[in-house]
Amino acid sequence: MTATLSLQQVSRSVALPDGTTLHILTGVDLEVAAGEHVAVVGRSGSGKSTLLNIVGLLDTPTTGRYLLDGRPVSGLSARRTARLRGETFGFVFQQFNLLPGRTATENVASPLLYASGREFLARKRTARAMLERVGLGGRLDTMPEKLSGGEQQRVALARSLVRRPRVLLADEPTGALDVDTGSAVMDVLEELVRVDGTTLVTITHDLSVAARADRQFRLDHGVLTEITRDALAAATAHRETV
Amino acid sequence: MGRWLLGPVAAVTEAWGEVRVHRTRVVLSLVGVFLAVFAMTTITAAGNMGRQMMLESSERSGGRAATLQVSAYPNGAVTADGADAAARVLRETAERHRVTWWGLVSQGSGQMTVRFPSGAQLVTFSAVDPSYGTMHRALTDQGRFFTAADGEAFSPRLVVNRAFADQLGGFDEQVPPTVVLGGDRPVTATLVGVMEVPYSDPSMPAAYVLNSAAQAWGLVDPSTSGPPSLELWVPDADAEALTAALQTEVQASLPGYSVSAYRTDFGQDLGVVDAILAYGVRGVGVFALVLGGIGVLNVGLVTVRQRIREIGVRRSFGATGGRVFFAVLLESVAATFVAGVAAVALSVLLVSNFPLEAVLPAGVVLQDVPPFPVSAAVEGLLAATAVGALAGIVPATMAVRAKVIDAIRY
Repeated sequence: MTATLSLQQVSRSVALPDGTTLHILTGVDLEVAAGEHVAVVGRSGSGKSTLLNIVGLLDTPTTGRYLLDGRPVSGLSARRTARLRGETFGFVFQQFNLLPGRTATENVASPLLYASGREFLARKRTARAMLERVGLGGRLDTMPEKLSGGEQQRVALARSLVRRPRVLLADEPTGALDVDTGSAVMDVLEELVRVDGTTLVTITHDLSVAARADRQFRLDHGVLTEITRDALAAATAHRETV
Repeated sequence: MGRWLLGPVAAVTEAWGEVRVHRTRVVLSLVGVFLAVFAMTTITAAGNMGRQMMLESSERSGGRAATLQVSAYPNGAVTADGADAAARVLRETAERHRVTWWGLVSQGSGQMTVRFPSGAQLVTFSAVDPSYGTMHRALTDQGRFFTAADGEAFSPRLVVNRAFADQLGGFDEQVPPTVVLGGDRPVTATLVGVMEVPYSDPSMPAAYVLNSAAQAWGLVDPSTSGPPSLELWVPDADAEALTAALQTEVQASLPGYSVSAYRTDFGQDLGVVDAILAYGVRGVGVFALVLGGIGVLNVGLVTVRQRIREIGVRRSFGATGGRVFFAVLLESVAATFVAGVAAVALSVLLVSNFPLEAVLPAGVVLQDVPPFPVSAAVEGLLAATAVGALAGIVPATMAVRAKVIDAIRY
C-alpha cells in the first residue's frame, strides 16, 4: 500500500553568514501510512520543526525526495503547493497562533476562506459544528484572549481539522499547557483524528505525549531513527526518576 | 459559486474582515484620505455654487447663454413710423426663426412723467416684453415680474426700483400701490413688483413697463427713445450662425438703418472659473490625497510587520502568495473606499443643509442651487480607491515576501 507520507533521504541545510553550512536534517527516511499516528521527539535545535515544515510543504528539502500519496511534490508551482497544503494538511502550533480580534468561530472558519465554493459559503456553520465537537459549543463568540490555554488549543485543534485534512501536523501541541490540560487536549486530538481517520504527526519534547503514538522516532543532530516502545518507556521512566 | 468568482469574493470577504477587526487602526490611518476626499468634493460643490452665482448675476444683466441682441437704428432722424417699422421687422424676424424665447427691449431709453405724492417727476423706464423676466432671470425684492396676463390688463402694470416704491410709501403685495402716469392721457398704473432696474441710478426712481402698455397708453415717444432692440435666447451652439443670419436678414429688410447683431451674455467668460474649478480644486485635492495616501502607506507598513505571524498562519491554511497580496491590497482599498464614501456622504450632508442665505452677503442671491456635483463625488471615490491601491502595494509585497516559517515563528 502506498504510504501517505514518504520522505526518502531528505536533507536540509542552510548557508550561514560566515560561509559555513549548517546541516539541519541528514538522510531522513520516514514513511507514514494513512490514519497512522507517529511522534518525533528530540532536543531543541535537533531539526524537529524543520522536518515538520518540510512534511507540511512550508519548506523544501535541500536534497532527497518527498512523496505525498506516492506523488513527488518537488517541482510543483508555489500556487499549487499552497493549494495542496491547504487541502492536505492541518497545523497545530505550540503557541496556538489564533488570529487576534476574531471570535472562536471566526478563527475556526478562517481556513475555509481558502476552500471551495460550498465549504466557503458554509464556513460559519461548519466552524460552529467543529467547535461543538471539541466541547466549545458554549464559547462560539468568545475572543481568544478570554479563553484559557486549554480552550485556546482546542480552538486551534478545531481550526486545524475544519477542512478535514488527511494529515494533521502538531508541533508541540501541549508545550504551552500544564500536564493535565495537555493530556485532556491530546485526548480530544486523538479522538478527532481517530474518528476522521486522519494521519497524525506529532512533534514533542514530552515523552508521555510521544508514547501515545503508534510509532516513535528520535531526531538527534538531524538524524532520524525509530525507537522501540521499550526504549521509550525506559527513557520516560528515567526522566520521571530524575 | 464558480471558482473564478469564489476567489475575488473570498478575498474581499477576508479583506473586509481585516478592516473590521482592525477598525481603530484603519480609521486613524484614513483620516488624511477622508479629509482629502471631503475637501475635494465640498470645495467642488462650493465652487459650483459660486459659479452659479456668477452666472445668475451675469444673466440678470446680459441674459442667459446664449442671448443675442439685434438693434436697428435709422441712419437719419428717428421718427415714430421709422421706429415702428424697425420693431415690426425685428418681431417678424424672431417669429420666422421660431425662437421660443425672445422679446423687444427699450433699455432705459425712455422717460415718463410720474405723479408722486411729493410732486410730478420724470422717471427713466425700460420697456420690455413679459419674456424678459425669464430671459434675464428677473429677481424681484418684493412682488413679481410681469406675466403675459399683465399685457392684457386695463391699466399699465409697473415693476419699479426701491427708490420709486419709497416715493409711494413702500410696496405692499396685498394692497399693491398705484400711481398716476402723466402724459397726454394720464393713466393710473399698478405696481406689481420691486426690483433693481439696470442702467439707472439706484437713488433715483426707475421702472419697467410692458411694451404693449407703453404703446397702448402712449407712454413711449419713439422719436426720442428710438426703436427697440430684439433679444433672443437661443441654444449656445446656434449662437454664432444665428447672429450672422440675423444681421444679414434684418439689414436686408431695413436698408436705411444701421443694423447690428451681437451676443450679450457673459456665459462664455465663465471658462476661467471652470478652469479654476477643474484644475485648481483637483490639484489641491490630488495633493491632499497624496498626503493621505502616505499616511495609509505608513500605517500599512507598520501593520504588516505586526501581522507577520498572522500572515504566516494564513499561508499554512493554504493561502497562495497572490491571495495574501490581494488580501492586504484589498484591505487598503476597501478601507480607503469606505473613507471615500463617508467623506462624500458628509459632504452631501453639509452642502445640502448649508444655510446659504445666512452666509451670502446682502443682495447676493442664488436662485437655482446647483445639484451636488456627482462627478466630483465619483472622482473623490475613485481617487480614494486608487490611493488605497497604491498605498497597499508596498505592504502587500512585504506580506508576500515574508517567509512562511519565519512568519509563524515571528
